[in-house]
Amino acid sequence: MLKRLKSRETILLGAIIALIALVETRFSGFAAPGNLASIFNDTSILMILALGQMTVILTKCIDLSVASNLALTGMVVATINAAMPGMPVAVLILIAIALGMLMGAFNGVLVWLLDLPSIVVTLGTMTIYRGVIFLISDGAWINAHEMSDGFKALPRHVILGLPVLGWIAILVIALFVPLIMRTPMGRAFYAVGGNPHAAVYTGINVGRTRFNSFVLSGGLAGLCGYLWVSRYAVAYTDVAGGFELDVVAACVIGGISIAGGIGSVGGAVLGALFLGVIKNALPVAGISPFWQLAISGAAIIIAVAFNAQSERTKGRVILKSAETTS
Amino acid sequence: MSISDTALRTIPNRLHSRGYRLIRSWEVLLLGVAILIFFANTQASPYFLDPWNLSDASFNFTEKAMIAFAMALLIITGEIDLSVAGIIALSSTAMGYALQLGAGTPTLVLIGLSVGVLCGAFNGVLITKMGLPSIVVTIGTMSLFRGIAYIVLGDQAFNGYPSDFSVFGRGYAFGVITWEIVIFVVLAIGFGVLLHLTNFGRKLYVIGNNPTAALFSGVKVQRTKMILFLLTGLMSGLAAVCLTSRLGSTRPSIALGWELEVVTMVVLGGISILGGSGTIVGVVIAALVMGMVTFGLGLLNVPGIVMSIFIGGLLIGVIALPRLIGLIAAQRKR
Repeated sequence: MLKRLKSRETILLGAIIALIALVETRFSGFAAPGNLASIFNDTSILMILALGQMTVILTKCIDLSVASNLALTGMVVATINAAMPGMPVAVLILIAIALGMLMGAFNGVLVWLLDLPSIVVTLGTMTIYRGVIFLISDGAWINAHEMSDGFKALPRHVILGLPVLGWIAILVIALFVPLIMRTPMGRAFYAVGGNPHAAVYTGINVGRTRFNSFVLSGGLAGLCGYLWVSRYAVAYTDVAGGFELDVVAACVIGGISIAGGIGSVGGAVLGALFLGVIKNALPVAGISPFWQLAISGAAIIIAVAFNAQSERTKGRVILKSAETTS
Repeated sequence: MSISDTALRTIPNRLHSRGYRLIRSWEVLLLGVAILIFFANTQASPYFLDPWNLSDASFNFTEKAMIAFAMALLIITGEIDLSVAGIIALSSTAMGYALQLGAGTPTLVLIGLSVGVLCGAFNGVLITKMGLPSIVVTIGTMSLFRGIAYIVLGDQAFNGYPSDFSVFGRGYAFGVITWEIVIFVVLAIGFGVLLHLTNFGRKLYVIGNNPTAALFSGVKVQRTKMILFLLTGLMSGLAAVCLTSRLGSTRPSIALGWELEVVTMVVLGGISILGGSGTIVGVVIAALVMGMVTFGLGLLNVPGIVMSIFIGGLLIGVIALPRLIGLIAAQRKR
């Protein structure tokens, strides 16, 4: 099992390196350390969101509301910053995380206590959260000149050649590895997704575990809300529109099974980086940005087909055609 | 209502609870809501009752309902297709492309419908032949289909559809009744018969309740699902023809976000998202309710994005409410 997971990540890492090498041969300078750092930095938000999404998908759920959550928290902190420029950025970040967790908790409560399917709940909250942004902002934009300097400077401040945004992604990844591998909560995500019935008998509260994953995903989306708005120095209703698909794509490409219970931190990060490299290589190679949507879509389909191949159970097949049914 | 409405999960002890009876009379309840909204609308705006306005407003739901009928069958068998709006975009783009090559109206319609079927076949093969989960596959094809439309069109648009092509979206069959309403009614009856009066329809409930048991009882599960994906593709193609004809132009962002509204319509109509239960009558009433809500709010100058809060709230509310009432009822019994 461990071997198989390992090999999946090795393949992905190989693919990323091959992709970078391929672009490098045509357009030298693409693999320069500075450019690689900037690709990593560009992909930071996607990596953080993919990690949150991973915990949700591990428990057999899906969170389609992350991008709207990000946009709403981004708008809220930008509004607060515009109204009260004196408020410390640290407080704003805490507000962003708390608000994100609250929105995640709303999804989680519906999934946990009312036992509703997560896809319907988050499809609904996706539009609701997005609509609330319009209600708060009245459709107006909050532009760079309305934000305080400290608010905008933090994610762009460069330490050791990498902006703080990238370091935050590294910090989240570093915290996630022990959280997922070493804590009861992290292991519960796998147990619930692997076999919910067995999880109940081992004393795990399935609904509560799913709730935890939604809160985690929501909190990270809130953090990203601040990062996104401060990095691009603009907040409006359609911020990160459709980004939830990229997040799910990163997870699927990273080998996280949509059926739950399978996946790793490394996979989610590499899946996000794979998309990030493609996104950065397209303009360099002179391909129209209009190709990006189709490429993400194709990547999801290829990855999910690939996942199914490696996950296929080796159990005895009693009825030939029954195999694909269940 | 049929026996299969009692999904396996709800059998123990809950048969006579309030929540159960509420779900049982879902269509009746929904009809009540529809009538209520109708009267609220007549009170809110004096322009609501005008027959021409109502006829215009029917465009709010007819095209989405065409897809919702097929989607309902798909959801009853426990699958879902989130790529329907992507199919509309690709199908409309294909029609626009054919138009540039000088195709006439019959060819355009044929191309629109067949691209829809092809997209449905693509989904169907990935899901039924390769055994991939429909949610992820159709999230992928949703981007892929619309992505191809973006590759072809970029920030351009196809215009200049022939005048006889506009009959599908703008033509009137008789009086104030548009051709789209006629198509809607014919499809509603057709799908109602297919689901509730044929062998094929019964099989869908069986598959939705227990695919393994269905397989062992000799139902060709994968083939049935394949047919439904083709049907959903065809209906999306039909919706693309009507929508393109009505708008008279094709942009890659056409029908953006429709998958949400179609799924909302189906779920609001009382089709269980877990599969195995629901009726076409419910979907028809849900279509009317959603059409009237958007039209009524539109008359009151409510912006589109605020309406989407309504739609999202409606989606969560209609599935949460029966469970909430069921939970409270169960608590009281104890």
